Amino acid sequence: MAQIRTRDSQETAGALCGPVSPLALGCCPGGATAEAAGALGGGLRLSDFADHIVHQHDGCDALTLIVQNLHCPSCIRTIEGAVEGLPGLAKARVNLGTRRLRLQWDPKVTTAEPLLAAVAARGYRLVPLDPEHMESAEAGESRELLRALAVAGFAASNVMLLSVSVWSGLAEDMGPATRALMHWVSALIALPAVAYAGRPFFRSALGALRGGATNMDVPISLAVILASGMSLSETLRGGEHVYFDASITLLFFLLIGRFLDLQLRGRARSAAENLTALRATAATVVDGDGHLLSLPINRLEPGMTVAVAPGERIPVDGLVSLGRSEIDTSLLTGESLPRPALPGSEVFAGTVNGGGALRITVTKSADASLLAEIVRLMETAEQSRDRYVRLADRVARLYAPAVHILAGGTLLGWLAFSDLPWQGSLMHAIAVLIITCPCALGLAVPAVQIAAVGRLMKRGVLVKSADALERLATVDTLVFDKTGTLTAGRPELQNLKAIPADELALAAAIAAESRHPLARALCRAAAAAEIESKALDAAVTEHPGDGLETRLGGTTLRLGRRAWCGIAEDADEEGTAAMELWLSGNDRRPLRFTFHDAPRPDAASVIAHLQQRGFAVELLSGDRAPVVAELAQRLGIATWRGDCRPADKIARLEELAAQGRKTAMIGDGLNDAPALAAAFASLSPADAADVSQIAADIIFQGERLTPLVEALDTARRARRLVLQNFGLAMLYNLIAVPIAVAGFVTPLIAAVAMSGSSIIVTANALRLNLASVKLRGIKAPQRHRLEAAE
Amino acid sequence: MSALIYLIPAALFLGLLGLAGFLWALKSGQFDDLDGAAHRILLDDEDKPLPPREANGRQQ
Repeated sequence: MAQIRTRDSQETAGALCGPVSPLALGCCPGGATAEAAGALGGGLRLSDFADHIVHQHDGCDALTLIVQNLHCPSCIRTIEGAVEGLPGLAKARVNLGTRRLRLQWDPKVTTAEPLLAAVAARGYRLVPLDPEHMESAEAGESRELLRALAVAGFAASNVMLLSVSVWSGLAEDMGPATRALMHWVSALIALPAVAYAGRPFFRSALGALRGGATNMDVPISLAVILASGMSLSETLRGGEHVYFDASITLLFFLLIGRFLDLQLRGRARSAAENLTALRATAATVVDGDGHLLSLPINRLEPGMTVAVAPGERIPVDGLVSLGRSEIDTSLLTGESLPRPALPGSEVFAGTVNGGGALRITVTKSADASLLAEIVRLMETAEQSRDRYVRLADRVARLYAPAVHILAGGTLLGWLAFSDLPWQGSLMHAIAVLIITCPCALGLAVPAVQIAAVGRLMKRGVLVKSADALERLATVDTLVFDKTGTLTAGRPELQNLKAIPADELALAAAIAAESRHPLARALCRAAAAAEIESKALDAAVTEHPGDGLETRLGGTTLRLGRRAWCGIAEDADEEGTAAMELWLSGNDRRPLRFTFHDAPRPDAASVIAHLQQRGFAVELLSGDRAPVVAELAQRLGIATWRGDCRPADKIARLEELAAQGRKTAMIGDGLNDAPALAAAFASLSPADAADVSQIAADIIFQGERLTPLVEALDTARRARRLVLQNFGLAMLYNLIAVPIAVAGFVTPLIAAVAMSGSSIIVTANALRLNLASVKLRGIKAPQRHRLEAAE
Repeated sequence: MSALIYLIPAALFLGLLGLAGFLWALKSGQFDDLDGAAHRILLDDEDKPLPPREANGRQQ
């Protein structure tokens, strides 16, 4: 059962993450066709897809799907090859960046069914994407920016070509007529291009001015419009100095920064969209006549009966009315062992059913379920984080008024203290606007962030929100969850040495028949100890919630719960906190197997490393206190709390925030989701619950915690580089502004200064990729071994 | 300087050609999936078996 959950969540992770290793071809489900297709059985219902089909103008129907287990580039070929050549298919295109498949077909020839079945038969799990969520405003914005960027790039290069010849004409001897021709051609290219490519800035500036505020786009728009207008009048007068090249190059550089920024946000958004769609959307309802029908979750009402197949996620809160099984509640409570579910037990939405089919009577509607409450708690907590103002915006708030005052002062100064005609004074003021225009500032942040996010992506760390790295860089306290975060979330046999080899072989042979996490752990331990366990020649029956039973040589053997094996509670007094299994028979001494949830392989070294670097580390868990205490002691964490409910975790985070600490929460369970949303920054492993992944800023992959250190280091480095970039931009202004105010700026100086500062800032950002972040404190051989083990 | 009469239009024409090409590529969705496009070039087309001759009568 735990197996099922793990695989499921790994696939969710796959849906999220970039291709970590393009060579990891083993990830493809292609080989495991039969097994995966079997797992799909009940999952592929056309009714789930029908709502999402779009009828296009050209007569074709289209459907966009999330491919959950699309991991590597060769999946493109497999999926597209699977449907290629099917009758009626118009187009099939896999998008590796967003992990989506778009199918278009002729409804007169075929339906969606054979196409979906063909892909599903290759072992891919498909989830339909609501067409409302696609082609959102941001996707359109990205295209508009790219088009504007193309136009600005074309115009900038051509105008610059003409400008360079004018500038060289100053040194040689270019006639006024030729210069005027150059200026006119420049105007013809630049003016329409400015009008087109400047629209994103003009719109935003207008919006800000209407709202009575000012932003970075106001001085940009002013500079561009005034420079173009002034240059046009200069051209009409046959003047010498025109700024067409400056205005269009300015737009070009700024558009690059804007586009990078949007790219970053778009990536985060599509990841979040995929996660939302992945949440279960339909439940199988048993009506009065015993018919099964599929209903959307929001139409479930109290009193209905829902059928839950083994391994499925339970869609609603309710009471078990029929069947016996075990429920994996680890996502909800952080407990690592499944709970037995018998008729009458209460079950919660979001937990995963174990080995037995269940019928559940709904007691609460979907939006009143515990899961929905946690989601609400999370949303409230998230609002407090929205108040964070990004570094670039804080700089812009100071910068924009300063630029306006400087330009206005220049105009007034020249009018008052010189006998220059007003056009000349205005020219100088415009030159100040152009020189101070936040070209380098506009690139300073996005260039660094794109580099940082790209770097982390290659190492299996996905940054979900654009300001996550900024916030992470200032964090000083780390709060960890236990199960699934510090630990691997699966039990391991603890008392291996105390168990005779033949007994372990026998127990493992019985346990091989079950998918229970403790049984799996027993088999793993036996395999690791290289004990050969022979297959039993007797049938093993599984009693969900109790254990396994078999008859061997006339005696009944039981492997399972203490009480079920007939052992009194006080038979063994030590450590009731541990997870345990008993092996008992008629005339044999009962044997106890204890298990513990082993920490991630590098947990201890990462924690020690973080503490050594001055981070305060805490442990908050929903698990029982003795278990939490044991782990805290083992990993050297001094501050810990057990038995924490979601609200308790938030309370502790608020307490820390009140002390002026900036906290990063690292957790994976549903019960962590509110805390993840409430913390100043948050990280989640890739096998976390969907809701937690939505709440977290950063998601890291793999068995190890080292990516966490990597993320912290990269965030700090990125922050340093951003600040350096601001410094560089300011330095440039300090040199260039006095020249502009004094009226010495020519178009040539403006062009050189602007391009120069932008290039320096971008080059500085790229340093992030050149240098390798060292993981001090984590020994290289150890890291090496872990990597080899993966 | 009279060479400018045709040199400037020629330069502009070539630039516009590039711009048009880019806008066409953008419109046809070639910038929608930058990750995938980087890998697609490395994928080999699978060899397909020849279609049965009776079915469509092709002689190959």
